[in-house]
Amino acid sequence: MLDAIVDPFQYEFMKRALIVSVLVGTVCPLIGGYVITRNLSFMGDALAHGVMPGLALGIMLGFSPLIVAVPAGIGFAVLIGFISHRTGLGEDTSIGILFAGMFALGLLILSISDSITVDIEDILLGQVLGVSQTDVIITAVLAALVVFLLAGMHRQLVFTSFDPVGAKVVGIPVQAMDYVLLGILALVIVLSVQAVGIVLVLAMLVVPAATSYLLARRFVNIMAIGALIGVAATVTGLYLSYHFNLPSGPAMSLTAIGMFAVAAMVKRRVTT
Amino acid sequence: MNTSISNPQAGSVNGASEPRLIVENVTVEFEGFKALSSVSFTAHDGNLIGVVGPNGAGKSTLFNAMAGLQSMNTGQVRVIGRTSKHPDFLAYVPQREKINWRFPASVEDVVMLGRSGGRWRWFQRPSAKDREYVRYCLERVNMWIHRTDLMPELSGGQRQRVFIARALAQEAHVFLLDESFSGVDVGAQKYLVEILRGLRDDGKVILMATHDLTNLAERFDQVLCLNHHVCAYGPPNEVFTPAVLEELYGAHGVTVTGSGPNHRQHNEPNA
Repeated sequence: MLDAIVDPFQYEFMKRALIVSVLVGTVCPLIGGYVITRNLSFMGDALAHGVMPGLALGIMLGFSPLIVAVPAGIGFAVLIGFISHRTGLGEDTSIGILFAGMFALGLLILSISDSITVDIEDILLGQVLGVSQTDVIITAVLAALVVFLLAGMHRQLVFTSFDPVGAKVVGIPVQAMDYVLLGILALVIVLSVQAVGIVLVLAMLVVPAATSYLLARRFVNIMAIGALIGVAATVTGLYLSYHFNLPSGPAMSLTAIGMFAVAAMVKRRVTT
Repeated sequence: MNTSISNPQAGSVNGASEPRLIVENVTVEFEGFKALSSVSFTAHDGNLIGVVGPNGAGKSTLFNAMAGLQSMNTGQVRVIGRTSKHPDFLAYVPQREKINWRFPASVEDVVMLGRSGGRWRWFQRPSAKDREYVRYCLERVNMWIHRTDLMPELSGGQRQRVFIARALAQEAHVFLLDESFSGVDVGAQKYLVEILRGLRDDGKVILMATHDLTNLAERFDQVLCLNHHVCAYGPPNEVFTPAVLEELYGAHGVTVTGSGPNHRQHNEPNA
Protein backbone atom coordinates (compact mmCIF):
# COMPACT_ATOMS: atom_id res chain seq x y z
CA MET A 1 0.00 0.00 0.00
CA LEU A 2 2.75 2.42 0.99
CA ASP A 3 4.68 1.40 -2.11
CA ALA A 4 1.75 2.42 -4.27
CA ILE A 5 1.92 5.87 -2.74
CA VAL A 6 5.70 6.39 -2.62
CA ASP A 7 7.01 4.35 -5.55
CA PRO A 8 5.71 6.54 -8.37
CA PHE A 9 7.93 9.39 -7.24
CA GLN A 10 11.15 7.69 -8.23
CA TYR A 11 10.27 9.12 -11.64
CA GLU A 12 10.96 12.75 -12.40
CA PHE A 13 7.80 13.07 -14.53
CA MET A 14 5.75 11.98 -11.53
CA LYS A 15 7.33 14.62 -9.29
CA ARG A 16 6.55 17.27 -11.90
CA ALA A 17 3.00 15.97 -12.19
CA LEU A 18 2.54 16.12 -8.43
CA ILE A 19 3.64 19.75 -8.26
CA VAL A 20 1.27 20.75 -11.06
CA SER A 21 -1.60 18.75 -9.52
CA VAL A 22 -1.20 20.45 -6.15
CA LEU A 23 -1.06 23.90 -7.76
CA VAL A 24 -4.11 23.26 -9.94
CA GLY A 25 -6.02 21.77 -7.03
CA THR A 26 -5.28 24.87 -4.98
CA VAL A 27 -6.05 27.71 -7.39
CA CYS A 28 -9.17 26.29 -9.06
CA PRO A 29 -11.35 26.42 -5.91
CA LEU A 30 -9.98 29.85 -4.97
CA ILE A 31 -11.43 31.37 -8.12
CA GLY A 32 -14.18 28.73 -8.02
CA GLY A 33 -15.68 30.48 -4.99
CA TYR A 34 -16.44 33.43 -7.24
CA VAL A 35 -17.51 31.18 -10.13
CA ILE A 36 -20.24 29.49 -8.09
CA THR A 37 -21.49 32.61 -6.30
CA ARG A 38 -21.50 34.85 -9.39
CA ASN A 39 -22.95 32.37 -11.88
CA LEU A 40 -19.77 32.22 -13.95
CA SER A 41 -19.90 28.48 -14.76
CA PHE A 42 -20.83 28.95 -18.38
CA MET A 43 -18.27 31.74 -18.68
CA GLY A 44 -15.61 29.44 -17.23
CA ASP A 45 -16.46 26.60 -19.60
CA ALA A 46 -16.44 28.98 -22.56
CA LEU A 47 -13.08 30.44 -21.51
CA ALA A 48 -11.62 26.95 -21.27
CA HIS A 49 -12.71 26.14 -24.81
CA GLY A 50 -11.73 29.62 -25.93
CA VAL A 51 -8.06 29.14 -25.07
CA MET A 52 -7.94 26.19 -27.50
CA PRO A 53 -6.64 28.20 -30.49
CA GLY A 54 -3.96 29.70 -28.28
CA LEU A 55 -2.87 26.28 -27.04
CA ALA A 56 -2.88 24.86 -30.55
CA LEU A 57 -0.84 27.76 -31.93
CA GLY A 58 1.64 27.42 -29.09
CA ILE A 59 2.15 23.75 -29.83
CA MET A 60 2.39 24.40 -33.57
CA LEU A 61 5.01 27.11 -33.14
CA GLY A 62 6.97 25.03 -30.67
CA PHE A 63 6.46 27.19 -27.59
CA SER A 64 5.25 25.94 -24.29
CA PRO A 65 1.49 26.12 -24.86
CA LEU A 66 1.14 28.25 -21.75
CA ILE A 67 3.13 31.14 -23.22
CA VAL A 68 0.61 31.64 -26.04
CA ALA A 69 -2.48 30.53 -24.19
CA VAL A 70 -2.21 32.97 -21.31
CA PRO A 71 -2.54 36.15 -23.40
CA ALA A 72 -5.13 34.38 -25.58
CA GLY A 73 -7.22 33.50 -22.54
CA ILE A 74 -7.09 36.99 -21.09
CA GLY A 75 -7.92 38.45 -24.51
CA PHE A 76 -10.90 36.10 -24.73
CA ALA A 77 -12.11 37.16 -21.28
CA VAL A 78 -11.88 40.82 -22.20
CA LEU A 79 -13.70 40.16 -25.49
CA ILE A 80 -16.60 38.43 -23.69
CA GLY A 81 -16.85 41.29 -21.24
CA PHE A 82 -16.71 43.76 -24.10
CA ILE A 83 -19.42 42.03 -26.14
CA SER A 84 -21.74 41.61 -23.18
CA HIS A 85 -21.36 45.28 -22.27
CA ARG A 86 -21.70 46.54 -25.85
CA THR A 87 -24.36 44.50 -27.61
CA GLY A 88 -28.00 44.17 -26.76
CA LEU A 89 -27.60 40.40 -26.71
CA GLY A 90 -27.84 38.51 -23.46
CA GLU A 91 -24.51 37.69 -21.87
CA ASP A 92 -24.94 33.95 -22.27
CA THR A 93 -25.60 34.40 -25.98
CA SER A 94 -22.39 36.41 -26.40
CA ILE A 95 -20.52 33.74 -24.47
CA GLY A 96 -22.06 30.99 -26.58
CA ILE A 97 -20.99 32.63 -29.83
CA LEU A 98 -17.38 33.04 -28.71
CA PHE A 99 -17.33 29.61 -27.07
CA ALA A 100 -18.31 27.80 -30.25
CA GLY A 101 -16.28 30.02 -32.56
CA MET A 102 -13.01 29.77 -30.67
CA PHE A 103 -13.31 26.04 -30.04
CA ALA A 104 -13.98 25.42 -33.73
CA LEU A 105 -10.99 27.58 -34.63
CA GLY A 106 -8.81 25.60 -32.24
CA LEU A 107 -9.90 22.27 -33.70
CA LEU A 108 -9.24 23.61 -37.20
CA ILE A 109 -5.72 24.75 -36.31
CA LEU A 110 -4.96 21.38 -34.73
CA SER A 111 -6.27 19.45 -37.72
CA ILE A 112 -4.15 21.34 -40.25
CA SER A 113 -1.02 21.29 -38.11
CA ASP A 114 1.47 18.44 -38.05
CA SER A 115 -0.52 16.11 -35.87
CA ILE A 116 2.43 13.89 -35.01
CA THR A 117 3.65 16.32 -32.36
CA VAL A 118 0.20 17.04 -30.97
CA ASP A 119 -2.02 14.58 -29.23
CA ILE A 120 -5.46 16.14 -29.40
CA GLU A 121 -6.64 13.84 -26.62
CA ASP A 122 -4.07 15.34 -24.25
CA ILE A 123 -5.37 18.85 -24.90
CA LEU A 124 -9.00 17.86 -24.49
CA LEU A 125 -8.64 15.46 -21.57
CA GLY A 126 -5.41 16.55 -19.89
CA GLN A 127 -2.22 14.64 -19.39
CA VAL A 128 -0.50 15.81 -16.26
CA LEU A 129 2.06 13.00 -16.54
CA GLY A 130 3.49 14.69 -19.61
CA VAL A 131 4.27 18.19 -18.27
CA SER A 132 7.76 19.55 -18.88
CA GLN A 133 10.12 21.32 -16.50
CA THR A 134 9.24 24.62 -18.19
CA ASP A 135 5.52 23.94 -17.72
CA VAL A 136 6.11 23.36 -14.02
CA ILE A 137 7.93 26.66 -13.62
CA ILE A 138 5.33 28.62 -15.59
CA THR A 139 2.51 26.95 -13.65
CA ALA A 140 4.13 27.84 -10.34
CA VAL A 141 4.64 31.46 -11.36
CA LEU A 142 1.07 31.80 -12.63
CA ALA A 143 -0.37 30.13 -9.53
CA ALA A 144 1.58 32.54 -7.35
CA LEU A 145 0.27 35.43 -9.43
CA VAL A 146 -3.32 34.18 -9.03
CA VAL A 147 -2.97 33.91 -5.25
CA PHE A 148 -1.30 37.33 -5.11
CA LEU A 149 -4.11 39.00 -7.10
CA LEU A 150 -6.94 37.28 -5.23
CA ALA A 151 -5.45 38.11 -1.83
CA GLY A 152 -4.41 41.62 -2.76
CA MET A 153 -7.82 42.62 -4.09
CA HIS A 154 -9.92 40.39 -1.85
CA ARG A 155 -11.89 43.24 -0.30
CA GLN A 156 -12.65 44.92 -3.62
CA LEU A 157 -13.62 41.62 -5.27
CA VAL A 158 -15.93 40.67 -2.40
CA PHE A 159 -17.61 44.09 -2.35
CA THR A 160 -18.11 44.00 -6.12
CA SER A 161 -19.47 40.45 -6.01
CA PHE A 162 -21.95 41.09 -3.21
CA ASP A 163 -23.13 44.63 -3.91
CA PRO A 164 -21.87 46.07 -7.22
CA VAL A 165 -23.92 49.27 -6.92
CA GLY A 166 -22.76 50.03 -3.39
CA ALA A 167 -19.18 49.24 -4.41
CA LYS A 168 -19.35 51.69 -7.30
CA VAL A 169 -20.68 54.44 -5.05
CA VAL A 170 -17.74 54.14 -2.64
CA GLY A 171 -15.35 54.43 -5.56
CA ILE A 172 -14.43 50.85 -6.47
CA PRO A 173 -14.03 50.54 -10.28
CA VAL A 174 -16.61 47.79 -10.60
CA GLN A 175 -16.36 47.19 -14.32
CA ALA A 176 -12.56 47.01 -14.15
CA MET A 177 -12.87 44.54 -11.28
CA ASP A 178 -15.11 42.35 -13.44
CA TYR A 179 -12.42 42.28 -16.12
CA VAL A 180 -9.76 41.55 -13.50
CA LEU A 181 -11.81 38.63 -12.20
CA LEU A 182 -12.22 37.24 -15.73
CA GLY A 183 -8.49 37.71 -16.32
CA ILE A 184 -7.68 35.71 -13.18
CA LEU A 185 -10.20 33.09 -14.28
CA ALA A 186 -8.42 32.85 -17.64
CA LEU A 187 -5.07 32.40 -15.87
CA VAL A 188 -6.46 29.60 -13.72
CA ILE A 189 -8.03 27.88 -16.70
CA VAL A 190 -4.88 27.99 -18.78
CA LEU A 191 -2.70 26.52 -16.08
CA SER A 192 -5.33 23.88 -15.28
CA VAL A 193 -5.80 22.69 -18.84
CA GLN A 194 -2.56 20.66 -18.77
CA ALA A 195 -3.82 18.67 -15.81
CA VAL A 196 -7.51 18.21 -16.53
CA GLY A 197 -7.87 19.19 -20.18
CA ILE A 198 -10.12 21.71 -21.85
CA VAL A 199 -13.30 19.68 -21.57
CA LEU A 200 -13.04 19.12 -17.83
CA VAL A 201 -11.56 22.36 -16.50
CA LEU A 202 -15.09 23.25 -15.51
CA ALA A 203 -15.16 20.31 -13.12
CA MET A 204 -12.21 21.66 -11.13
CA LEU A 205 -13.53 25.22 -11.23
CA VAL A 206 -16.97 24.34 -9.93
CA VAL A 207 -16.99 21.03 -8.06
CA PRO A 208 -14.49 21.50 -5.18
CA ALA A 209 -15.82 25.01 -4.53
CA ALA A 210 -19.40 23.73 -4.60
CA THR A 211 -18.47 20.93 -2.18
CA SER A 212 -16.92 23.50 0.12
CA TYR A 213 -20.00 25.73 -0.23
CA LEU A 214 -21.98 22.93 1.39
CA LEU A 215 -19.52 22.52 4.25
CA ALA A 216 -18.42 26.07 5.11
CA ARG A 217 -20.38 29.25 5.73
CA ARG A 218 -18.21 32.33 5.25
CA PHE A 219 -16.73 33.08 1.86
CA VAL A 220 -13.05 32.96 2.95
CA ASN A 221 -13.64 29.55 4.52
CA ILE A 222 -15.30 28.34 1.34
CA MET A 223 -12.14 29.33 -0.53
CA ALA A 224 -9.78 27.71 2.00
CA ILE A 225 -11.66 24.43 2.47
CA GLY A 226 -12.28 24.34 -1.27
CA ALA A 227 -8.53 24.44 -1.87
CA LEU A 228 -8.00 21.48 0.48
CA ILE A 229 -10.71 19.52 -1.30
CA GLY A 230 -9.25 20.51 -4.67
CA VAL A 231 -5.77 19.26 -3.78
CA ALA A 232 -7.22 16.01 -2.41
CA ALA A 233 -9.07 15.51 -5.69
CA THR A 234 -6.18 16.28 -8.05
CA VAL A 235 -3.61 14.23 -6.12
CA THR A 236 -5.98 11.26 -5.82
CA GLY A 237 -6.70 11.62 -9.52
CA LEU A 238 -2.99 11.67 -10.24
CA TYR A 239 -2.52 8.30 -8.50
CA LEU A 240 -5.46 6.78 -10.34
CA SER A 241 -4.04 8.11 -13.57
CA TYR A 242 -0.62 6.57 -12.85
CA HIS A 243 -1.71 3.19 -11.57
CA PHE A 244 -4.54 2.53 -13.99
CA ASN A 245 -3.14 4.36 -16.99
CA LEU A 246 -6.11 6.75 -17.18
CA PRO A 247 -6.19 10.24 -18.63
CA SER A 248 -5.68 12.57 -15.66
CA GLY A 249 -8.63 14.88 -16.43
CA PRO A 250 -11.42 12.33 -15.99
CA ALA A 251 -9.64 10.74 -13.01
CA MET A 252 -9.37 14.07 -11.15
CA SER A 253 -12.87 15.24 -12.14
CA LEU A 254 -14.58 12.04 -11.05
CA THR A 255 -12.72 12.08 -7.74
CA ALA A 256 -13.91 15.63 -7.13
CA ILE A 257 -17.46 14.74 -8.10
CA GLY A 258 -17.37 11.71 -5.78
CA MET A 259 -16.42 14.03 -2.91
CA PHE A 260 -19.24 16.38 -3.83
CA ALA A 261 -21.73 13.51 -3.86
CA VAL A 262 -20.72 12.51 -0.34
CA ALA A 263 -20.97 16.11 0.90
CA ALA A 264 -24.33 16.60 -0.79
CA MET A 265 -25.70 13.54 0.96
CA VAL A 266 -24.75 14.73 4.42
CA LYS A 267 -25.13 18.50 4.14
CA ARG A 268 -27.58 20.94 2.69
CA ARG A 269 -26.91 24.63 2.25
CA VAL A 270 -29.34 26.94 4.01
CA THR A 271 -31.61 28.44 1.41
CA THR A 272 -33.46 31.70 1.52
CA MET B 1 -16.98 74.47 -0.76
CA ASN B 2 -15.82 71.33 1.00
CA THR B 3 -16.34 71.16 4.69
CA SER B 4 -14.14 69.07 6.93
CA ILE B 5 -14.48 65.36 6.33
CA SER B 6 -13.21 64.28 9.70
CA ASN B 7 -15.97 66.14 11.43
CA PRO B 8 -18.88 66.45 9.06
CA GLN B 9 -21.16 67.76 11.78
CA ALA B 10 -18.96 70.80 12.32
CA GLY B 11 -20.80 73.02 9.88
CA SER B 12 -24.23 71.78 10.74
CA VAL B 13 -24.85 73.54 14.01
CA ASN B 14 -26.51 76.43 12.28
CA GLY B 15 -29.12 74.00 10.95
CA ALA B 16 -31.18 75.30 8.12
CA SER B 17 -28.85 77.95 6.76
CA GLU B 18 -26.30 75.83 4.87
CA PRO B 19 -27.70 73.09 2.65
CA ARG B 20 -25.79 69.80 2.64
CA LEU B 21 -27.25 68.47 -0.59
CA ILE B 22 -28.08 70.72 -3.52
CA VAL B 23 -29.87 69.28 -6.54
CA GLU B 24 -30.14 71.88 -9.27
CA ASN B 25 -32.19 71.61 -12.43
CA VAL B 26 -31.38 67.92 -13.00
CA THR B 27 -32.69 66.45 -16.23
CA VAL B 28 -32.04 62.86 -17.29
CA GLU B 29 -33.26 61.55 -20.61
CA PHE B 30 -33.35 57.95 -21.79
CA GLU B 31 -33.73 57.76 -25.57
CA GLY B 32 -35.92 60.81 -25.74
CA PHE B 33 -37.92 59.94 -22.63
CA LYS B 34 -37.47 62.37 -19.76
CA ALA B 35 -37.01 60.30 -16.64
CA LEU B 36 -36.25 63.46 -14.68
CA SER B 37 -37.19 66.94 -15.77
CA SER B 38 -35.56 69.98 -14.11
CA VAL B 39 -35.50 68.48 -10.63
CA SER B 40 -34.31 70.93 -8.00
CA PHE B 41 -34.34 70.76 -4.21
CA THR B 42 -32.01 71.08 -1.25
CA ALA B 43 -31.59 69.05 1.92
CA HIS B 44 -30.03 70.11 5.19
CA ASP B 45 -28.28 68.31 7.99
CA GLY B 46 -30.81 66.54 10.16
CA ASN B 47 -33.37 66.08 7.40
CA LEU B 48 -35.24 62.78 7.12
CA ILE B 49 -36.85 62.90 3.72
CA GLY B 50 -39.18 60.48 1.99
CA VAL B 51 -38.96 60.54 -1.79
CA VAL B 52 -42.37 59.31 -2.87
CA GLY B 53 -44.00 58.71 -6.19
CA PRO B 54 -45.42 55.90 -8.27
CA ASN B 55 -43.28 53.12 -9.71
CA GLY B 56 -41.33 54.43 -12.66
CA ALA B 57 -41.48 58.04 -11.43
CA GLY B 58 -37.69 58.39 -11.56
CA LYS B 59 -36.87 57.86 -7.88
CA SER B 60 -34.05 55.42 -8.51
CA THR B 61 -32.77 57.55 -11.39
CA LEU B 62 -32.65 60.53 -9.05
CA PHE B 63 -30.72 58.53 -6.44
CA ASN B 64 -28.32 57.26 -9.08
CA ALA B 65 -27.73 60.81 -10.24
CA MET B 66 -27.10 61.97 -6.66
CA ALA B 67 -24.66 59.09 -6.10
CA GLY B 68 -22.82 59.85 -9.33
CA LEU B 69 -23.87 56.61 -11.03
CA GLN B 70 -26.07 58.29 -13.62
CA SER B 71 -24.92 61.00 -16.00
CA MET B 72 -27.24 63.96 -16.37
CA ASN B 73 -28.30 65.83 -19.49
CA THR B 74 -28.47 69.08 -17.59
CA GLY B 75 -28.12 70.26 -14.03
CA GLN B 76 -25.83 69.31 -11.20
CA VAL B 77 -25.80 67.63 -7.83
CA ARG B 78 -23.61 68.93 -5.05
CA VAL B 79 -23.01 67.00 -1.85
CA ILE B 80 -21.07 69.38 0.34
CA GLY B 81 -18.25 67.34 1.83
CA ARG B 82 -18.17 64.60 -0.78
CA THR B 83 -15.10 64.64 -3.00
CA SER B 84 -13.55 62.18 -5.42
CA LYS B 85 -11.10 61.30 -2.63
CA HIS B 86 -13.93 60.69 -0.18
CA PRO B 87 -16.81 59.23 -2.15
CA ASP B 88 -17.95 57.31 0.93
CA PHE B 89 -19.18 60.54 2.50
CA LEU B 90 -22.38 59.48 0.74
CA ALA B 91 -23.77 55.99 1.30
CA TYR B 92 -26.15 54.27 -1.06
CA VAL B 93 -28.27 51.29 -0.03
CA PRO B 94 -29.51 49.82 -3.31
CA GLN B 95 -32.83 48.09 -3.86
CA ARG B 96 -32.62 44.52 -2.66
CA GLU B 97 -32.89 43.24 -6.24
CA LYS B 98 -29.42 44.69 -6.91
CA ILE B 99 -27.74 42.58 -4.24
CA ASN B 100 -26.24 39.17 -4.99
CA TRP B 101 -27.90 37.17 -2.22
CA ARG B 102 -26.11 33.99 -3.24
CA PHE B 103 -22.85 35.49 -2.07
CA PRO B 104 -22.11 34.09 1.42
CA ALA B 105 -21.13 37.30 3.20
CA SER B 106 -21.53 37.40 6.95
CA VAL B 107 -23.10 40.39 8.69
CA GLU B 108 -19.73 41.46 10.07
CA ASP B 109 -18.08 41.04 6.64
CA VAL B 110 -20.64 43.33 5.04
CA VAL B 111 -20.25 46.08 7.61
CA MET B 112 -16.46 45.74 7.39
CA LEU B 113 -16.75 46.50 3.67
CA GLY B 114 -17.79 49.98 4.73
CA ARG B 115 -14.36 50.69 6.24
CA SER B 116 -12.07 52.78 4.02
CA GLY B 117 -14.26 52.11 1.02
CA GLY B 118 -12.98 54.34 -1.75
CA ARG B 119 -9.32 54.25 -0.85
CA TRP B 120 -7.69 51.47 -2.81
CA ARG B 121 -5.23 49.45 -0.78
CA TRP B 122 -3.65 46.12 -1.57
CA PHE B 123 -3.89 43.33 0.97
CA GLN B 124 -6.24 45.37 3.07
CA ARG B 125 -6.73 43.86 6.51
CA PRO B 126 -9.09 45.31 9.09
CA SER B 127 -7.32 46.96 11.99
CA ALA B 128 -8.33 46.60 15.61
CA LYS B 129 -9.85 50.07 15.33
CA ASP B 130 -11.89 48.96 12.30
CA ARG B 131 -13.22 45.98 14.24
CA GLU B 132 -14.13 48.17 17.15
CA TYR B 133 -15.91 50.62 14.89
CA VAL B 134 -17.80 47.85 13.12
CA ARG B 135 -18.95 46.61 16.51
CA TYR B 136 -20.19 50.09 17.41
CA CYS B 137 -22.11 50.33 14.09
CA LEU B 138 -23.70 46.91 14.54
CA GLU B 139 -24.67 47.69 18.12
CA ARG B 140 -26.22 50.94 16.90
CA VAL B 141 -28.67 48.98 14.72
CA ASN B 142 -28.96 46.17 17.28
CA MET B 143 -27.39 43.54 14.99
CA TRP B 144 -24.20 42.71 16.89
CA ILE B 145 -25.64 39.42 18.16
CA HIS B 146 -26.24 38.45 14.52
CA ARG B 147 -22.68 39.30 13.42
CA THR B 148 -21.80 35.77 12.30
CA ASP B 149 -25.09 35.20 10.48
CA LEU B 150 -25.03 35.16 6.70
CA MET B 151 -26.91 37.89 4.86
CA PRO B 152 -29.21 35.49 2.95
CA GLU B 153 -30.41 34.04 6.28
CA LEU B 154 -31.68 37.36 7.60
CA SER B 155 -35.15 38.87 7.39
CA GLY B 156 -35.77 41.88 5.18
CA GLY B 157 -35.66 44.31 8.10
CA GLN B 158 -32.46 42.82 9.50
CA ARG B 159 -30.79 43.09 6.10
CA GLN B 160 -31.65 46.78 5.90
CA ARG B 161 -30.25 47.33 9.37
CA VAL B 162 -26.97 45.72 8.30
CA PHE B 163 -26.79 48.05 5.29
CA ILE B 164 -27.44 51.04 7.54
CA ALA B 165 -24.61 49.79 9.77
CA ARG B 166 -22.38 49.57 6.69
CA ALA B 167 -23.23 53.17 5.81
CA LEU B 168 -22.34 54.14 9.39
CA ALA B 169 -19.10 52.18 9.13
CA GLN B 170 -18.06 54.17 6.09
CA GLU B 171 -18.70 57.28 8.18
CA ALA B 172 -21.17 58.52 5.63
CA HIS B 173 -23.08 61.69 6.27
CA VAL B 174 -25.65 61.51 3.49
CA PHE B 175 -27.70 58.31 3.25
CA LEU B 176 -29.63 57.28 0.14
CA LEU B 177 -31.95 54.33 0.81
CA ASP B 178 -33.77 52.92 -2.19
CA GLU B 179 -37.06 51.19 -1.31
CA SER B 180 -35.78 50.05 2.06
CA PHE B 181 -39.28 49.16 3.25
CA SER B 182 -39.99 46.69 0.49
CA GLY B 183 -40.11 43.14 1.77
CA VAL B 184 -40.02 44.40 5.37
CA ASP B 185 -42.94 43.72 7.67
CA VAL B 186 -44.72 46.57 9.45
CA GLY B 187 -43.14 46.05 12.86
CA ALA B 188 -39.66 45.96 11.37
CA GLN B 189 -40.47 49.08 9.32
CA LYS B 190 -41.26 50.93 12.53
CA TYR B 191 -37.98 49.82 14.03
CA LEU B 192 -36.11 51.00 10.91
CA VAL B 193 -37.76 54.40 11.23
CA GLU B 194 -36.66 54.54 14.85
CA ILE B 195 -33.05 53.88 13.85
CA LEU B 196 -33.21 56.46 11.07
CA ARG B 197 -34.59 59.05 13.48
CA GLY B 198 -31.59 58.43 15.72
CA LEU B 199 -29.28 59.11 12.78
CA ARG B 200 -31.22 62.20 11.84
CA ASP B 201 -30.78 63.48 15.40
CA ASP B 202 -27.02 63.05 14.87
CA GLY B 203 -27.32 65.49 11.97
CA LYS B 204 -27.23 62.96 9.15
CA VAL B 205 -29.13 63.62 5.93
CA ILE B 206 -31.35 60.68 5.03
CA LEU B 207 -33.35 60.27 1.85
CA MET B 208 -35.47 57.20 1.35
CA ALA B 209 -37.29 56.38 -1.86
CA THR B 210 -40.60 54.62 -1.39
CA HIS B 211 -43.71 54.01 -3.43
CA ASP B 212 -45.59 53.14 -0.26
CA LEU B 213 -47.76 56.04 0.87
CA THR B 214 -48.88 54.63 4.21
CA ASN B 215 -47.94 56.38 7.44
CA LEU B 216 -45.80 58.96 5.71
CA ALA B 217 -46.29 61.49 8.50
CA GLU B 218 -45.04 59.00 11.07
CA ARG B 219 -42.02 58.13 9.01
CA PHE B 220 -40.62 61.30 7.48
CA ASP B 221 -40.14 64.94 8.41
CA GLN B 222 -40.19 66.01 4.80
CA VAL B 223 -41.68 64.47 1.70
CA LEU B 224 -40.45 65.04 -1.84
CA CYS B 225 -43.19 64.09 -4.27
CA LEU B 226 -41.63 63.01 -7.53
CA ASN B 227 -43.26 62.10 -10.78
CA HIS B 228 -40.48 62.87 -13.29
CA HIS B 229 -40.57 66.38 -11.88
CA VAL B 230 -40.93 67.65 -8.32
CA CYS B 231 -44.69 67.91 -7.63
CA ALA B 232 -44.28 69.10 -4.06
CA TYR B 233 -41.73 69.23 -1.27
CA GLY B 234 -42.51 69.83 2.37
CA PRO B 235 -43.89 68.32 5.56
CA PRO B 236 -46.13 65.31 4.84
CA ASN B 237 -49.16 66.93 6.46
CA GLU B 238 -49.00 69.88 4.09
CA VAL B 239 -47.87 68.61 0.71
CA PHE B 240 -50.71 66.27 -0.21
CA THR B 241 -53.14 68.70 -1.74
CA PRO B 242 -55.62 67.30 -4.28
CA ALA B 243 -53.61 68.97 -7.06
CA VAL B 244 -50.40 67.22 -5.97
CA LEU B 245 -52.13 63.85 -5.73
CA GLU B 246 -53.51 64.35 -9.20
CA GLU B 247 -50.02 65.02 -10.50
CA LEU B 248 -48.64 62.00 -8.67
CA TYR B 249 -51.23 59.35 -9.29
CA GLY B 250 -54.03 60.88 -11.30
CA ALA B 251 -57.07 61.98 -9.36
CA HIS B 252 -58.86 58.67 -9.29
CA GLY B 253 -58.94 56.51 -6.24
CA VAL B 254 -56.73 58.55 -3.97
CA THR B 255 -58.18 60.61 -1.16
CA VAL B 256 -56.48 62.50 1.56
CA THR B 257 -57.39 61.99 5.17
CA GLY B 258 -55.67 63.75 8.01
CA SER B 259 -52.01 62.90 8.03
CA GLY B 260 -51.61 61.53 4.54
CA PRO B 261 -53.27 60.07 1.52
CA ASN B 262 -55.40 56.96 1.56
CA HIS B 263 -54.99 55.02 -1.55
CA ARG B 264 -57.80 52.74 -2.54
CA GLN B 265 -56.53 51.93 -5.95
CA HIS B 266 -54.02 54.17 -7.60
CA ASN B 267 -53.17 53.47 -11.17
CA GLU B 268 -49.44 53.23 -11.01
CA PRO B 269 -47.70 53.54 -14.32
CA ASN B 270 -45.15 50.78 -14.58
CA ALA B 271 -41.46 51.42 -14.97
